Amino acid sequence: MSKTASHHPALQHYFDDLKQQHGAATMGMWAFLAQEIMFFGGLFAGYTVYRYKYFNAFVEGSNLLPIAWGGLNTVILIASSFTVAMAVRCAQQGLHRSVFNWFMATMVLGLGFLGVKAIEYSHKYHDHLIPGLNFQWDGPMAGPMKIFFSFYFVMTGMHALHMIIGVGLMLWLIPKIRAEKFGPQYYSPIENFGLYWHFVDIVWIFLFPLLYLIGRHL
Amino acid sequence: MTTTETPASPASAGHGEVNYLNHEYGIKSWLLTLDHKRIGILYLITTTMFFALGGLFAGLIRLELMTPEGDLFQADTYNKLFTMHGVAMIFFFLIPSVPAVLGNFVLPLMIGAKDVAFPRLNLLSWYCYITGGTLASFAIVAGGVDTGWTFYTPYSSTYSTGFVSVALMGVFINGFSSILTGVNFLTTVHKMRAPGMTWFRLPLFIWAHYATSLMMILGTPVVAITLLLVALENMFGLGIFNPELGGDPILMQHLFWFYSHPAVYIMIVPGFGVISEVIACFSRKAIFGYSFVAFSSLAIALLGFLVWGHHMFTTGQSIYAGMVFSFITFFIAVPTAVKIFNWTATMYRGSIDLKSPLMYALGFIGLFLIGGLTGTFLSTLAMDIHLHDTYFVVSHFHYVMVGGMVMAYLSGLHFWWPKMMGRMYNEAWAMTGAVLIFLGFNLTFFPQFVLGYLGMPRRYHVYPEEFQILHVASTGGATVLGLGYMVLFVCLVWSLFKGAKAGPNPWTAKGLEWEIESPPTPHNFHETPIVTSEPYAYEEEDVLLADKGSH
Amino acid sequence: MSAHAPDHSHQGEHGQHEPHIVPMRVYFSVISCLFIFTAITVAVGFLELGPLNTPVALAIAIFKASLVVLFFMHVRYNTPLMWVFAGSGFFWLLILFALTMQDYVSRGWDDQGIPFLIQ
Repeated sequence: MSKTASHHPALQHYFDDLKQQHGAATMGMWAFLAQEIMFFGGLFAGYTVYRYKYFNAFVEGSNLLPIAWGGLNTVILIASSFTVAMAVRCAQQGLHRSVFNWFMATMVLGLGFLGVKAIEYSHKYHDHLIPGLNFQWDGPMAGPMKIFFSFYFVMTGMHALHMIIGVGLMLWLIPKIRAEKFGPQYYSPIENFGLYWHFVDIVWIFLFPLLYLIGRHL
Repeated sequence: MTTTETPASPASAGHGEVNYLNHEYGIKSWLLTLDHKRIGILYLITTTMFFALGGLFAGLIRLELMTPEGDLFQADTYNKLFTMHGVAMIFFFLIPSVPAVLGNFVLPLMIGAKDVAFPRLNLLSWYCYITGGTLASFAIVAGGVDTGWTFYTPYSSTYSTGFVSVALMGVFINGFSSILTGVNFLTTVHKMRAPGMTWFRLPLFIWAHYATSLMMILGTPVVAITLLLVALENMFGLGIFNPELGGDPILMQHLFWFYSHPAVYIMIVPGFGVISEVIACFSRKAIFGYSFVAFSSLAIALLGFLVWGHHMFTTGQSIYAGMVFSFITFFIAVPTAVKIFNWTATMYRGSIDLKSPLMYALGFIGLFLIGGLTGTFLSTLAMDIHLHDTYFVVSHFHYVMVGGMVMAYLSGLHFWWPKMMGRMYNEAWAMTGAVLIFLGFNLTFFPQFVLGYLGMPRRYHVYPEEFQILHVASTGGATVLGLGYMVLFVCLVWSLFKGAKAGPNPWTAKGLEWEIESPPTPHNFHETPIVTSEPYAYEEEDVLLADKGSH
Repeated sequence: MSAHAPDHSHQGEHGQHEPHIVPMRVYFSVISCLFIFTAITVAVGFLELGPLNTPVALAIAIFKASLVVLFFMHVRYNTPLMWVFAGSGFFWLLILFALTMQDYVSRGWDDQGIPFLIQ
């Protein structure tokens, strides 16, 4: 308790110093991300089972998804991963203004991703492909097709929900960035947000080939 | 938090001592507290409420089973009763009790930390628990859930009755309470240890909670997404678990048990930690084979994830998968046996002081041994075909969960009660409670082994007349068991008002938590402790004491 | 971009956190790589590779994800413990996949005869 070191305003009383606090924050975030991997992992496991059982239906369903939109979203999300990595880098250097700029860029890209997703969903609505809402499939394999689109919507929907939460986190962090609360000594919230955002990017890196690119050559 | 903090120096001990219980008053200071000790107490109160609720349902089940006819409840009501008994007990009592009550309270104290790494997440975890609990209770009041606690499809999807989705959301949200506790403990153990508190000086309670945290973090999200899928299936008819559309209900069981089998270890492994502490203290000896006991917790955490298919031997899982799962299941017995052997070896030639915590711990060893050994019967593929879904299984997991985990929890509660509350309970009454619980438990559940072996299936409220004698014995035992819990409850509550002051270390136990005041001050330690000795250094000190006494 | 980071006077004082700043060129290389492999994965999707289409797509995805984890998420510059933390989730995922799929793969064996034990 009786530390002689200069007392940083962000240092919580139950930590000895900022190094310990930063280490704890990073580790906690990684533990949380391990949890997230398993959360999406349950979906991926279910997806794998049905892809194994109903490969033909999955090929047919996948061919109904527009590669252009999916590819565009992949590019957007990778770019946003880059911008958020830059934001963290600037926070480490105490460049307050640049952190703000990179955050805004990330926000724009994130909203762009969600916009594209909304367009795709509305197309699916018109094509009567949303299970639980208006799913209709008159061809063979109607059941497995419905299962494919159920996975498509649950997986991309859960991913989009994570994006929305990410945007919310940015809105919460931006006033703090403006108030110049973060610097080389204390930037854990920015860094942890970055880790979260990169994780969401990684999920999409797997979702894109697994949903959009099955059996395109057939 | 900017409370005007009075530096409570140990010298000024007297009537005006500042501790975590009295430094702030009012409901708000409790509901918004970030203090791990107060959060532990909040969990203690709420888990006890769910234990009482689950116990009430159990009592009603046993009452119905007094007679072969279904004369007290209708079949539907009975289905709801055993479902709600399971949901309340497993998700809202067994899983949170040891980690969230005892772990929250003593884990930071044991490693010399001022708090857990993320106090806000700690409070959030309690609110997740409360929100989940409220939703589940609402589902109970609004019309009940009759799927069994496992929420198997198609009971919970095609044939569900209305409030399944609400209960599912309740359990889903409650899952986050578990995940947050896990993240918190893992980080706390890694980052918040006092100087000198090396990994192999950690009390085994900490090792057990470390292993538990791993399972909470890596397992719980899978059941969360599974229950979410079931809820979506229920609301939107996705077809993922619906055979009519080509879905596979067995997949739901795979995903469910991927968590729910390790969940058994999430419940019992923290209990192992408690037993290690209690056995060492009341035998006045260091734990025999410390590192084996420590690593066996981690081994259980890993192996626990490899065996879930043994819940599905009769469900249509491939027989080859069944063989693999059966084979791996036997390996679980090894780290578990290591623990049992090491505890008994610890007691051997120790100077045993038979106080109530040790009484519960001994009960634990005996009952858990029966529970574990019957588990190896059930993991044998051929044997399980006969015993699956009979009272043999019911009895087996009650021996593990109640005979094991609840006994360990009560052992720990009695052990740390003086630390938590600063008061001693009446030892004679505590012993009476322990003996009643032990006897009542065996009388309740031993007949169920026989019932199950004779072929009585679980989850039926009518049965052939020849089973009545055993069912009546079981209900009689449940009465004694309930009485034991009452005695225990009264004894502990009484101590809050009339108990003698405990002092810092009523058991002359080892460990950092016993070197501070009871109850502890808000920030636990006046200055960061420095650890210089090995854990459980009972023998050295007792030798010293004996030397002093002889001169 | 504004001026340089202010020089902090924390020499010799223990307990200060020293951020590890990754050079810009690393970030630029990683993002270029990610873009290129996105194009490759789309292109490969249209090629006829027989049974290899799925493994190749997965391998590319794993490679891309590793780049993000190692460089953007700084695991490359972190302690071994962080490697364990980052890897544990994926390892546990492997358990879930392997033990679930062994059921589905072997379900038909009773009808068709076990592949490796021709009756």
